[in-house]
Amino acid sequence: MIAVVDYGVGNLFSLKCSLNAIQEEAIITRKEEEIKAADHVILPGVGAFGDAVRKLRETGMFDVVKETAASGTPILGICVGMQLLFERDLEFGTHEGLGLIPGTVDAIEPRIPDQFDVPHMGWNPLHYTKECALFRGLPEQTCVYFVHSYAAFGCDAYVTAEAEYGIPLTAAVQNGNVYGTQFHPEKSGNAGLAILKNFCEL
Amino acid sequence: MITKRIIPCLDVKNGRVVKGTNFEGLKDVEDPVKLASAYSESGADELVFYDITASHEQRKLFTDILEAAASNIFIPLTVGGGINSVDDFERVLRCGADKVSVNSGAIRRPDLIPEAAAKYGSQCVVLSVDAKRVNGTFHVFQNGGRIDTGLDALEWIKDGVAHGAGEVVLNSIDTDGVKQGFDLEMLKAVNAIVRVPVIASGGAGSAADFVELFHEIPEISAGLAASIFHYGEVTIHDLKEELRREGIQVRL
Repeated sequence: MIAVVDYGVGNLFSLKCSLNAIQEEAIITRKEEEIKAADHVILPGVGAFGDAVRKLRETGMFDVVKETAASGTPILGICVGMQLLFERDLEFGTHEGLGLIPGTVDAIEPRIPDQFDVPHMGWNPLHYTKECALFRGLPEQTCVYFVHSYAAFGCDAYVTAEAEYGIPLTAAVQNGNVYGTQFHPEKSGNAGLAILKNFCEL
Repeated sequence: MITKRIIPCLDVKNGRVVKGTNFEGLKDVEDPVKLASAYSESGADELVFYDITASHEQRKLFTDILEAAASNIFIPLTVGGGINSVDDFERVLRCGADKVSVNSGAIRRPDLIPEAAAKYGSQCVVLSVDAKRVNGTFHVFQNGGRIDTGLDALEWIKDGVAHGAGEVVLNSIDTDGVKQGFDLEMLKAVNAIVRVPVIASGGAGSAADFVELFHEIPEISAGLAASIFHYGEVTIHDLKEELRREGIQVRL
């Protein structure tokens, strides 16, 4: 059973449908016992980091996700859900994240060349920097769908894939049983479904 | 490097795709769910569903179609048409839309853009603009290009982005339907004033028009078209192969 953490952020319709498409049983939940009993946990998210972290705390999911990660259950953070895994972010002031992966989240705009659009939106090829189970069977330069204005920095040791966008942007990370993708596997066609399947088979 | 996006647009009326008449290998080209699925298989990078219905009942039919498509197709979906309020955003986002495009609704009530951006994030708000040359400037038009709002298109787009639109679709009425290529002059002018992605629309008649678009304006993020794909004049796969041969990065 896969538990998708429902903390009031983001559209979970596509994620649920994509898990159905790969024949994985998933529940969308904010019940502590269901999340702790799940074999795999997905932390979704869109919008602003500060807003997401506030809702994560308000729903009590902040501690539940931290404890679930500590128990060794594979966790996948997607987009802002990935950004929440880090220690802190610099969006609208400093917010403290889950601290499951060392690093910070910051705006990409001042760091990329002027001719690059913000948000970083569209299909960008991945460059694998390290072997990671999520990308098993997927060739180098597989395209996946991104939409974000902030990214993770200072986490080189944990980066498993980068997306070249004037500078290499953190596309995927891993720290033990904690995984994250800046891109949306549920919106990345067959490649995305394969990544979700790889996660579910961990 | 990020790839250029190719985006087919499906105009849906009474539950059927308008304009779809000749899509190779597809028996019922007017079925939006089937057509959307065929486009996805063919390599479309995103899909736009445009609701051109009027009544409440038809609106329900539209969201049912959207939901059916979103359950089967795992690429980004944008919905436009009849978006006048944050409630309209909610209605289509709940049925699987990822992005929502505003046009007339934002002209009537410009606060719609900041309201929706605050609630759903800028990445969700697409500003769609129908523009046409009037006395040497670009004006924003309404109601399918029939009414000149008098608004300066460049000012309107600049304001829309400043208030939270995360992407712009620029449809040139001057080139729309003519099939002689995109409106490069208008697109260059818009691209120069915003940093969000700009999608070119209106005028695509062949693969060469897309090649010209991305060669002439390398910053343009995507090309959108309807009839060229619906009538099977060029398949998305063939178009992307042509773009790749021309040195333009695409997802194949």
